[in-house]
Amino acid sequence: MPAEALEDRAKETPTHSGGGRPESRCGAPGGDPGPGGTGILGDPALFGVCAFLGTVTMLFVGMTSAYMVRRASADWRPLAPPAILWLNTGALLASSAALEVARRRFRGWDLPAARTWVAVTGLLGALFVAGQYGAWRALAAQGIFLASNPHSSFFYVLTGLHGLHLLGGLAWFAAVASRLRRMTLTPGEDGLRLFAVYWHFLAGLWVYLLLVLFVL
Amino acid sequence: MAHAEAHAAEAHAPQAFIWKYVFSKDHKVIGVQYYVTAMLMALIAGLLAMLIRLQVGFPEATWPTLGKLLPRGFSDGIMSPEFYAMLFTMHGTIMVFFVLSTAPVSGFGNVLIPLQVGWRDMAFPFLNALSYWTFLPGCIIILASFFVGAGAAAGGWTSYPPLSALQGAVPGSGTGQTLWIVGMVFFIASFTMGGLNFLTTILNLRTKGMSLTRLPLTMWAMLLVAVLGLLSFPSLVAGCILLLFDRHFGTSFYLPSGLILTNVPLLNPDGTPLHAGGSPLLWQHLFWFLGHPEVYILMLPALGFTSDILSTFCRKPIFGYKSMVGAMVSIGALSFLVWGHHMFVSGMNPYLGMAFAVFTMLIAVPSAVKVFNWLATLWGSRIQYRTPVFWALGVVSLFISGGLSGIWLGQSAVDIPLHDTYFVVAHFHLIMAGAALFGVFGATAYWFPKMFGRMMNETLGKAHFWFTFVAYYCTFFPMHYIGIAGHMRRIYASGRPIGYYEFLEPLQEINVFITRSALVLGASQLLFFVNFFWSAFKGPKASENPWNAAGLEWTTPSPPGHGNWPGEIPEVHRWPYDYSVPDAPKDFVPQTDPAPIGARAGGH
Ligand code: HEM
Ligand SMILES: [Cu+2]
Repeated sequence: MPAEALEDRAKETPTHSGGGRPESRCGAPGGDPGPGGTGILGDPALFGVCAFLGTVTMLFVGMTSAYMVRRASADWRPLAPPAILWLNTGALLASSAALEVARRRFRGWDLPAARTWVAVTGLLGALFVAGQYGAWRALAAQGIFLASNPHSSFFYVLTGLHGLHLLGGLAWFAAVASRLRRMTLTPGEDGLRLFAVYWHFLAGLWVYLLLVLFVL
Repeated sequence: MAHAEAHAAEAHAPQAFIWKYVFSKDHKVIGVQYYVTAMLMALIAGLLAMLIRLQVGFPEATWPTLGKLLPRGFSDGIMSPEFYAMLFTMHGTIMVFFVLSTAPVSGFGNVLIPLQVGWRDMAFPFLNALSYWTFLPGCIIILASFFVGAGAAAGGWTSYPPLSALQGAVPGSGTGQTLWIVGMVFFIASFTMGGLNFLTTILNLRTKGMSLTRLPLTMWAMLLVAVLGLLSFPSLVAGCILLLFDRHFGTSFYLPSGLILTNVPLLNPDGTPLHAGGSPLLWQHLFWFLGHPEVYILMLPALGFTSDILSTFCRKPIFGYKSMVGAMVSIGALSFLVWGHHMFVSGMNPYLGMAFAVFTMLIAVPSAVKVFNWLATLWGSRIQYRTPVFWALGVVSLFISGGLSGIWLGQSAVDIPLHDTYFVVAHFHLIMAGAALFGVFGATAYWFPKMFGRMMNETLGKAHFWFTFVAYYCTFFPMHYIGIAGHMRRIYASGRPIGYYEFLEPLQEINVFITRSALVLGASQLLFFVNFFWSAFKGPKASENPWNAAGLEWTTPSPPGHGNWPGEIPEVHRWPYDYSVPDAPKDFVPQTDPAPIGARAGGH
């Protein structure tokens, strides 16, 4: 794609946000900045995503407390983590890192590189989901199913719940990627930011879940 | 795009009926949609309450007509015990979540937030519309559960396992319970979308000059409700997910071993127990970690409405604004630390019970602060007796009378005998159901001009208030006595061989009185529905500011058009409670008036 086309576009629509940009910019009538001014309070979209992540956090806090209670019971049999989990973890963390590189490139107007790194992000993310499915299959092959024992129940439920959030993230990713391809994101600005917040959160959440499930 | 619309104000308002009134993204339309849906749900849940009371009041009677109308619940005109359990379960569930978490919060919150903070719409209008269109299927699923399988859920609005976790436990534990869970998940999803919008709009998007300390107390209530909802509902979601797995996929999160259903032990083919090791108490913790904040989700908006209404009709600034905010914040914070007071009889460690009791007592402090502030606002004022102020006074009254019994129940030693008796039913109907309901009625009368551009009828409104007020106390106050006398709640009433309790016999007269009062209470709501629909279409047109109120919302047209203010959003120069200010030309100073008079003009 010719970068000039993008530049034109950027000039054409300097105020009208193409999408990923926080809409707050044009929120106030007559260009009044919101009372939140700068920072996260001046950025409703980012604030909204963070608040959403707050409630997702509480969901997993609730699950963690259930886990702690249940683990104290007599029939708890610790589960050995399927080895593939470590590969999956690597893939997800690498995906997060790739996204950061993509953002840098994007902000620096290096579109082709940004596209490549975004593609890497998505691929690694999809790889993680496939790998998690692989972990389920590996356990099933050992005869460990959802209802086999409390630890396996929590393992399936928590990885499933995290996986659902990740699939949601992949859907969002598809939207971001397609905007990038149709060039409705303005380079130089950070249109990937909101998605990045969510994506990094999921990576962090996964590390947390690993710790809860197998280390603590 | 959210704010592209905001810019456009009137010019870009959708024209086609379906986009304007059905799939609208306008906060006022969504608010009214929520409100009307919730009130229809209230009608249904109210009818369920009437059926419960008929059974308790007249256990010996047969109801052939009802039997024809509801063939699944009656046989030969006699209500079945299973149906009775479905009635109180669905009554409670619908009232708590689909009526009184919805009408005041999603209904009035959506209508009022942009008007009171000074913005064109909510932060995320599409999400807002999606929220309503998630709520509505939730309502339909919950109602449909009466008609599928063996009937609706019957494990109480708290859905404790094992009743709720074993599909075969009672008829309602089958499809009905599954639909209960699914309906709740829809509800929570919609409430979460709403909460994100509330929080973002109030914190990020306010007009110039609208500092946090100039927000009406209603907005503080909405802000806190959003925080409470976002932090506590996930706990119930977690609980519901685990419950679904126990029900349908054989896990044992809540289910211990040794379960016996209709004399058959629940075993695997190889003779091991089907479930083992789970803890029913786990559900109680997850449920009440939501459940207690939830009661403040119901209450806080009513407390906010009451403050705003009292100030307007007493023509006095609200007394102790900052302490009011502080009280609400501390009530909200403490509400996360007291869930155990619902579990005193669960066999918890007495020291733990004592900790929960102490935190519960602590909530009495900010609650008392609120009451004294209202009384101080009322003190020496010349009240303008219009309909909204009656309801606000009703809230104050119910908050006091219901709060006092809360002090009893908060003590574990007192709660243990009173637990699961009608005393508890009396307590929570006064403080939670009553105060929230009266708050909704007051807010309806007060903000009706902003919802429909018309005034409600005063005579009908006052008649509705007095009937409701008297009948409400007549219905619920005597429940304290029968509760202390040991009348259990959730019990298929005395009388028939199946539910005969000799010691309840002497209480029957009171039960008849309660049922008669409840029927009057139910019937008086007709006054409201008549008034509501008549006024919405035929009531006298309202002026911009019919109550001479000072808040920002009263500077918009009645009803406000798309975008709320025809021109620029006005700048705010003071708090919304400047009434009877010396040296002011009128007895109120609108929030938009820059004159340097009054308690909170200029900086602050
Ligand atoms: C129209 C006025 C109302 C009447 C006559 C009424 C009556 C009743 C009755 C008789 C019960 C059953 C008590 C038992 O199980 O023995 C009950 C339960 C309940 N009501 Fe109401 N009620 C009314 C309004 C409300 C409202 C507005 C709420 C809103 C929060 C509410 C919430 C509940 C709850 C949570 C339960 C407990 C359900 C359970 O045990 O699972 N009620 N009500
Ligand atoms: Cu409580």
